[in-house]
Amino acid sequence: MAKLRAWQQAPLLNWAAMGAPLVLLLVFFLVYPVGQLLLLSIHNDRGFTLAQYRQLFASSVYLDVLLITLKISLVTTLVCVVAGYPIAYLISMVGKERKATLLFWVLLSFWTSFLVRAFAWIVLLGRNGVVNKLLLSLGIVSAPVDLLYSFGSVLIGMVNALLPLAVLTMLSVMENIDRNLPRAAATLGAGPGMAFWKIYFPLSLPGVAAAGIMVFVTAIGFFIVPALLGGRRETMITQLIIDQVQQTMNWGFAGAISVLLLAVVLIVFTVYDRLLGLSTMTGAATAVRAKLSRRSGLFARIGDAVLTLLGAISDRIIGLLPSRRDRGPDTPGLGLQGFVWIMLTVISAPTLLMIPLSFGTGGLNWPPQGFTLHWYQEVLQSPVWTQAVIRSLLVGLGTGALAMLIGTPAAFLLVRSNIPAKGAWLAFILSPIVAPRMIIAVGLFYVFARIGLVGSAFGLILGHTVVAVPYVVMTMMAVLRNYDTRLDHAAQSLGARPFATLRHITFPILGAGMMSSFLFAFATSFDELTIALFATGGLNATLPKQFWDEVTLQVSPVIAAVSTCLFIFMGILIFVAERLRRRVAAR
Amino acid sequence: MASSSLRVSNLCKRYGDFVALAPTSLDVAKGEFLTLLGPSGSGKTTLLSLIAGLAHPDEGRILIDDADVTHSPAYARDIGVVFQNYALFPHMTVEENIAFPLKMRKMADAEARKLTAEALETVRLPHVARRYPRELSGGQQQRIALARCIVYRPAIILMDEPLGALDKKLRDQMQLEIKRIHRELRTTIVYVTHDQEEAMTMSDRICLMNAGAIEQLGTPEDLYFRPRSVFVADFLGESNLLSATVRDVDTEGLDIVLADHEAQLRAVGNGSAFTAGEPIKVMVRPQNLVVEDAAAGRGRLTGRLTDVMISGSLTRLYIAPEAAGMAPLVAAYPTRSSAAPYEIGQLVSLGWNAADAVAIRDAKGA
Repeated sequence: MAKLRAWQQAPLLNWAAMGAPLVLLLVFFLVYPVGQLLLLSIHNDRGFTLAQYRQLFASSVYLDVLLITLKISLVTTLVCVVAGYPIAYLISMVGKERKATLLFWVLLSFWTSFLVRAFAWIVLLGRNGVVNKLLLSLGIVSAPVDLLYSFGSVLIGMVNALLPLAVLTMLSVMENIDRNLPRAAATLGAGPGMAFWKIYFPLSLPGVAAAGIMVFVTAIGFFIVPALLGGRRETMITQLIIDQVQQTMNWGFAGAISVLLLAVVLIVFTVYDRLLGLSTMTGAATAVRAKLSRRSGLFARIGDAVLTLLGAISDRIIGLLPSRRDRGPDTPGLGLQGFVWIMLTVISAPTLLMIPLSFGTGGLNWPPQGFTLHWYQEVLQSPVWTQAVIRSLLVGLGTGALAMLIGTPAAFLLVRSNIPAKGAWLAFILSPIVAPRMIIAVGLFYVFARIGLVGSAFGLILGHTVVAVPYVVMTMMAVLRNYDTRLDHAAQSLGARPFATLRHITFPILGAGMMSSFLFAFATSFDELTIALFATGGLNATLPKQFWDEVTLQVSPVIAAVSTCLFIFMGILIFVAERLRRRVAAR
Repeated sequence: MASSSLRVSNLCKRYGDFVALAPTSLDVAKGEFLTLLGPSGSGKTTLLSLIAGLAHPDEGRILIDDADVTHSPAYARDIGVVFQNYALFPHMTVEENIAFPLKMRKMADAEARKLTAEALETVRLPHVARRYPRELSGGQQQRIALARCIVYRPAIILMDEPLGALDKKLRDQMQLEIKRIHRELRTTIVYVTHDQEEAMTMSDRICLMNAGAIEQLGTPEDLYFRPRSVFVADFLGESNLLSATVRDVDTEGLDIVLADHEAQLRAVGNGSAFTAGEPIKVMVRPQNLVVEDAAAGRGRLTGRLTDVMISGSLTRLYIAPEAAGMAPLVAAYPTRSSAAPYEIGQLVSLGWNAADAVAIRDAKGA
């Protein structure tokens, strides 16, 4: 009996030891700060109050901002999904080598800082930017036009920022669609249009839905793009929160706006769950299929009829095009390839065009003139920039290490053990990704301010770890699922003790996966602005924060130089991470 | 009943420098069951894909009932394909899967429902109509794939290793099922497999492929008893191959001499033209090898018994010939419960009937 109890207690202790650090981290630096912030919105010196909410709804100002936020987010989502679909489709169809090339450009864009990309568009769309120069030389306009600070420029910036996310989310579903299915449809008499709309498209819908919600929720919480590329009329809701905190220190009102933002996000998730089921977000495509296909009756029949019609129309159009004898039936059309390359150029070009400008003597005007290293020298000689780089590297490494230390045991626990309510734990661990970053940032700022962690590297590492650890857990879980535990057993049967097994078998095999999840955490921290926005400043600033302070003050070639450095640094980082990932995949 | 002949002439497919299919010609008669057999990479699946229209040939023509379909897209060819992993549409029920080709042919709903029910009846799964493919077992999915293919009575049915994912028992059962359906519908079937036993049991004719070309085309008996090459002899069933030289050729067969032996023996031909003095291989199937105690001394060769293995219905004897440089031989006889009369290490003599010794041209020389 005693033996039995000991046996039962051991796993509980193990579970606690492995899971507790992560749970404590999230409770203290996610749940508590956010809870505090929300509490502040209904609480003042005299106790419970709804004053903040009365102010919020007193005029139409804040609701208008909410509506604008929703409008910008919705249009961004639509454009990202519609434009991203062909890109993801092509990547899922082409052979290995072309896939790697296409994917590199998507990933490069994905990993390039939002700040760098938004800054690039400022330069590009400026009165002396490439776009105006092009329009002038083509004779479309006679004088430079104002392209910046409008709905259009915000939309371009938002789409540029979030298109890679949409592509990667849809790709993860499309890659799991059996390529034989459209072929089977063809042998059964379906033309290419019909095969696509009736077979491929319905199967790719979970990816479309997941991409839609990921982009929409991220867009709602955005402030970099509307702040840099938008005018007053494109103010988004997170900008209001920043104003309240930075300018008036009105915690209560910031809390009320946060509640509004959180409510919107929760409503979006609830609607999504009702329609499609949240499990689709993790790529469990079968669940959505069951839910959708069980919804028989009128809804399904209308959907089917629409798809059949689309298929018939597509086939009619394809029939009008010249016959395609010279290439195989699986080769993607030239139109599709052309579209994808244009899109990839549009999302990559801004940052690439930044490079020649950073070496030019003519400021940020297109075309670049002369050659100088002056701007780079200025960066290197400025203690503000060099401090920022050092701090970002330190915080990044710290975050990477801490996130690995806390996230890896939790991933082990979630994959290898049979703890109860796994789904709920996973949802809890992933919540920092879906919760609007701004709310976490303001909450942390409030808590840090009271315990004196504002401006400290340690506080920043803690904050960044909260948002980086879900990625570590997810990648480590994927890595662990692919790991054959029989190898450990084999090692032990050959006489290796547990530690030797870890050292000689487990870590060497998992090493590449661990390295890439470390890099993921590092990159998340290195690029993080929202938390750093409040928690750092002056000589304590991280690189993104310094970048932000600089770019909101003035648009100078120095920033182009910093952007170029960042871009190249990220390029190398992806290259390394991708190599590591392939080494894992090759096993 | 819909059924068509198929003609493939000089069909060729290259991927860069790699020749997936050397120029190949093949005729399949109306209602015939033809199997493309070969190891992986032999070009059998390439040939099937070309016939199905899932890949485009670099050269050559494909004719169905004398109509040139070389450049027709897959959906206009009136062929049916049963895919290796079934390729059932996961977002459709069994019923919807089977009705799909009928819908593509714009058939009225009532008619489509009737044919779907019939097809389910034919594969003996009428009760799963409402289920989704993932809710079925592998064998059931296989039958549904079959039903989806026969429901619209395509002129030709192509099957790409349809039983590859099933276990042995189920495979045997499905082989019979496919044969029954073939008999009932009399559709032309082109079947791809790498399993020689499956090919032997099911086919009217076998097209054995190797390295992107046809090695031999004929009835299972042709290929088994009169292999045209060492590759065919090896691929279909077990075989003992002995090096020999042709002494003389006459209408009945050949006079031969085994390498390192003096005695002149007889062998039958396989249809190839032999010339005197030519180095050849002589094939003797294990079940035709007669093993006796060396003391009896009537055999043509002697060797030492190295191993005895009982594999169910057959008992195999492995023998190392006494003559230097000869490959080990295997003999097989039906397993009986009476005690094994042989001991390992024992010297035995080996004999065979001249009619069971088949001469094969040795392309690589002696």
